[in-house]
Amino acid sequence: MRAIVSVFGTDQKGIIAKVSGKLYELGINVEDISQTIMQKYFSMIMLVDTTDCVKKFAEVADVLSDLGKEIGVEIRIQTEDIFRTMHRI
Amino acid sequence: MISINEVLETNRMVDSQHLDVRTITMGISLLDCIGETAEVTARRVYDKVVDKAGRLVEVGEEIAHETGIPIVNKRVSVTPVSIITAHTGGAVLIAKALDRAAKDIGVDFIGGYTALVQKGMTSYEEDFIRSIPEALACTDRVCSSVNVGSTKAGINMDAVALMGKIVKETAYATRDNGSIGCAKLVVFANAVEDNPFMAGAFHGVGEKDVVINVGVSGPGVVKAALERVRGDLTEVAETVKKVAYKITRVGQYVAQEASRRLNANFGIVDLSLAPTPTMGDSVAHILEEMGLESVGACGTTACLALLNDAVKKGGIMATSHVGGLSGAFIPVSEDVGMIDAAKSGALRIEKLEAMTAICSVGLDMIAVPGDTKEEVISALIADEAAIGVVNNKTTAVRVIPVYGKSVGDEVSFGGLLGTAPVMPLSTVSPARFIQRGGRIPAPVWANKN
Repeated sequence: MRAIVSVFGTDQKGIIAKVSGKLYELGINVEDISQTIMQKYFSMIMLVDTTDCVKKFAEVADVLSDLGKEIGVEIRIQTEDIFRTMHRI
Repeated sequence: MISINEVLETNRMVDSQHLDVRTITMGISLLDCIGETAEVTARRVYDKVVDKAGRLVEVGEEIAHETGIPIVNKRVSVTPVSIITAHTGGAVLIAKALDRAAKDIGVDFIGGYTALVQKGMTSYEEDFIRSIPEALACTDRVCSSVNVGSTKAGINMDAVALMGKIVKETAYATRDNGSIGCAKLVVFANAVEDNPFMAGAFHGVGEKDVVINVGVSGPGVVKAALERVRGDLTEVAETVKKVAYKITRVGQYVAQEASRRLNANFGIVDLSLAPTPTMGDSVAHILEEMGLESVGACGTTACLALLNDAVKKGGIMATSHVGGLSGAFIPVSEDVGMIDAAKSGALRIEKLEAMTAICSVGLDMIAVPGDTKEEVISALIADEAAIGVVNNKTTAVRVIPVYGKSVGDEVSFGGLLGTAPVMPLSTVSPARFIQRGGRIPAPVWANKN
């Protein structure tokens, strides 16, 4: 499944490294990244492919959410389809 | 690729504006469950519901996890039970089987304890309707509905008279629990066969065997969008349309995915704005955001007309099949803004009746004094049915004459059913009108052929 990992929170060193590292551990491939600082907030979305990931989607969401809590940002993973469906005609 | 702003917008709708999918409702045909005895039918009904909808909750949660959008309710609707018990009777046995199945598969409501008597009642349908109070008193999750009128048939006033009595009996039968049985009993005109919302959902006989219908929601998202609008009412309508489009797209996605994973047919997406008692999830507050001091003020009907129309215009393009009730819901006990307005006296039943002429569905979740006479309830049903029949739309009455309570009291049903202040209702007698019985003929514009 193609999914969007979104990361929002206070900017700090190593966010991309920690998130990419965790995705690598989970067997999730990163296909595209878009990142910016909005009003001092770190904002990033990653387009990923979960095909080779052995964990269930809900478990992956929990692992990423826990990592977010650890580093003080909010991390979610959601199917790309929901954004395409909502925002693109 | 999707943009950061698109991701942020969706997640903001969920986090702070209560965007959710209100219900995935699986419609199941019970026509192939009819047996020689009610016991055989009941066993087959239980088995079929558990077989077809056994994974409904699991799949709903799976989709919610993947999308990040909560799916609040997973429900089941079935073929009107009056049809499948026509030969055997014993409808209460079927109600118990449905209740057991609902509990075993983990759905909060199962609808379809239903009779469609808009033109006339057979003897078995009359027996069925008389069993409703008992069925609602001895089950927890079964919902019931009766269709008493249609634009094509007119209004069956014998059924209307009977339903006043049944509503009162249901209130008495469930008196120990705030007369909650009446919160699960809807009297319709122009009932629809693919409605995913309770308590009025049933699976029409013209439907396929197993169908997924989805009801979207999102009053909070509409309200939040309108908070930023400083322009005139055309801009208000345009804003509602855009938001309704996005909300409905979520429903379309969920309906498609749920149908695929549950091996069911995609039925419809219901474009309704359904409130909950939670702050920030109120249809009344949308109307107030348009400029009313309180819902119930003069202008309420006009604001609601704009809202209802814009929701449909935005939603229609967003889904391949629109159906169900599709419009703004105005259930008093389930909407914090409605509750406040009813308590303060700003909102009265007469204004609610006017509102039902231009939105879905009707006089919904309204608590009235426990000593309200049955002919008054029948006459209230007749008025509401007349609005539906003449305007070629669905209308309904779900009133709760709360046993032992009077105006100024309050009743709490818990959960999504909310809290209702007991509202005053005219006590002037319509008894002679109701006693006449018979049929109010279909309006002239029903003859379109």
